[in-house]
Amino acid sequence: MIVKITIDGQAINAREGDTIVDVAAQNGVYIPTLCYTKGKPCLGTCRTCSVNVDGRVMAACTIPVREGMEIDVNGAEITDMRKALVELLFSEGNHNCPSCEKSGRCELQATGYEVDMMVSRFPYRFTPRVVDHASKTIWLERDRCIFCQRCVEFVRDKETDQKIFSIKGRGTQASIEIDVDLANKMSANQVCEASDLCPVGCIIDKTQGFDVPIGKRKFEVKTIRERALEGTHR
Amino acid sequence: MGRKIIIDPVSKIEGHGKVVVQMDDNNQVTDAKLHVVEFRGFEKFIQGHPYWEAPMLLQRICGICFVSHHLCGAKALDDMVGVGYSTDTPMLATPEKVRRFGHYMQQLQSHVTAYFYCLVPDMLFGMDAAPQQRNVVGLVEADPELVKRVVALRKWGQEGIKSVLGKRMHGINSVPGGVNQNLSQAARDRMVNGEEGLISLEQVIDYAQDGVKIFKDFHEKNRTEVDAFAEVPALNMCLVNEKGNVDYYHGTMRIVDKDKKIVKELDYHDYLDHFSEATEEWSYMKFPFLKEFGREAGAVRVGPLARVNVTKAYEDNCPLANAALEEFHAYTKGKANDMTLHTIWARAIEILHSAEQIKVLLNDPDLQKEQLIMTPTDNAWTGEGIGVVEAPRGTLLHHYRANKEGNITFANLVVATTQNNTVMNRTVRSVADCYLGGKEQVEITEGLMNAIEVGIRAYDPCLSCATHAMGQMPLILTVLDADGNKIAEKIR
Repeated sequence: MIVKITIDGQAINAREGDTIVDVAAQNGVYIPTLCYTKGKPCLGTCRTCSVNVDGRVMAACTIPVREGMEIDVNGAEITDMRKALVELLFSEGNHNCPSCEKSGRCELQATGYEVDMMVSRFPYRFTPRVVDHASKTIWLERDRCIFCQRCVEFVRDKETDQKIFSIKGRGTQASIEIDVDLANKMSANQVCEASDLCPVGCIIDKTQGFDVPIGKRKFEVKTIRERALEGTHR
Repeated sequence: MGRKIIIDPVSKIEGHGKVVVQMDDNNQVTDAKLHVVEFRGFEKFIQGHPYWEAPMLLQRICGICFVSHHLCGAKALDDMVGVGYSTDTPMLATPEKVRRFGHYMQQLQSHVTAYFYCLVPDMLFGMDAAPQQRNVVGLVEADPELVKRVVALRKWGQEGIKSVLGKRMHGINSVPGGVNQNLSQAARDRMVNGEEGLISLEQVIDYAQDGVKIFKDFHEKNRTEVDAFAEVPALNMCLVNEKGNVDYYHGTMRIVDKDKKIVKELDYHDYLDHFSEATEEWSYMKFPFLKEFGREAGAVRVGPLARVNVTKAYEDNCPLANAALEEFHAYTKGKANDMTLHTIWARAIEILHSAEQIKVLLNDPDLQKEQLIMTPTDNAWTGEGIGVVEAPRGTLLHHYRANKEGNITFANLVVATTQNNTVMNRTVRSVADCYLGGKEQVEITEGLMNAIEVGIRAYDPCLSCATHAMGQMPLILTVLDADGNKIAEKIR
């Protein structure tokens, strides 16, 4: 069923049930996302896609469109709120783009550019986090985890469907964990997929590093906005 | 009553330092110290990072010679993973040549920056000229065509770096065992032929010759002053190949004395057996020396002057640089050249040498080949690596250790400016002696302040690399007596 909504005042016909993120992209309006993975159950963990729906702030990846919705994506206040959310993610972890292997294909970095983040308005927490090297093929760089839970939900053992990643603890004590035995059973392709699924440089494939030259890296070839709008980003 | 003179900070160098000159009751200079008062700590905060991040992170120590740090780190990682010179798995030709290409490009642009932006104003306007004139802005007013050429030359070097490292600054090309891209045919053609806004290779060679000519003209007019300025003895060290010629990328460490007699030649992997580093409470910069000769006699000079002293010749395919080098060698009749301001001459020769080396590589089809990396076997992992290159300012060393999981546990960086620490202090003392020694009245002239700065600047010291950050700050000269009482001060 087709419903009528407005995005930033523009009248749009959309299929009822589609998420705001997808409908916006189909109509040329980019909404930044980090935890959202097209075609997978929504997670709603990062809130980077926050928009104003009928006067309330909501995560656009979690909300299906319905008749008469009025959505504000690019108003000054909500735009700044999304920027603040991205800044919070940077200030919570220990992100060091210049030396990070994921630089150039990191969704957090790419989103930072998209929201025009130059520096975080929030103080950096410099939380001490221990790197986990125990797996044969994966470096778990906890400093960079934004707790999106993509890996927790979507990376599973092929035989048992058990989760390979999990989150331990809550709040500031939370940490991403890896089941080393299951991780060591992952195929090279699965490790590569897990690394690619991670929106930051937390899950690093030990067998590849800095192999794509600067200028040819994923978001240097085509920005995350361009990918989202043409429907090729997740 | 003894007196102490302080110049704080010294300007037009990378980072900032403070100079203290100590005088005794007989108006003799008894000591001179170049204080380096900042601290960085890269060796500490790389610890805990995956080993392959070291060349990417540690190159951020410097905005000028980042390629040297990147390559030095990459060589250390080659050692660590079991590829390269110290292993049974040699590096392939293409990656080594691509690395050299980036290295020579950086040497060109770094030397051009130091030479034309910082040193040529001293030469054109004279050491006693007002600081307001004796800088690159003054140069623009005096000779705009020269400055245009310099900017073009520097841009060409930076574009060359970008063509293999992806960015003009802090790019990434070297990975353990190789590189992540070659020099494409299009990029090669662009560097050779130039384009609108980018000069051609032949223009580069032409402009590089200008640099040598500027020094020679300056030298011709000021021979006595230039030659007498801070002639300080020191051993000279650089990497050499099997022919005894400088190799900026790889070789053995050769140290020669004033007669160019080889006093030591060592595999850099053994540096800890031969070098020690002294520390002083008044400076964050350490004082390396050859253990065998002791702290003073074992201090070495590195950088352009040391390299042209050590090298016997350049490659046959670098005729212009070879001719310039022969003239340099002839000037001291086969002896090592200890004249501080001849470092500027040496730097100009090296600009030309870099340009000719780049020309050779641009005509080498190996740089367009596709085999870029050697992957070692798992059991080749050593967990420790040492890399040494000849950075623009001299011999640069990175030493890393990692645990079995690949976490960096130790890093030691011995940078060129640190190697030159003792020699720079000798230079400062020599200048102070010349201006102040034996004089009843100490007058703090602009000439004195400038001369001390010129002496230090000849080494193009990178105090950022050695310890800390950037900055050009006012100059303060203070005279203190032996009890620390201020008796005179001048601020500009």
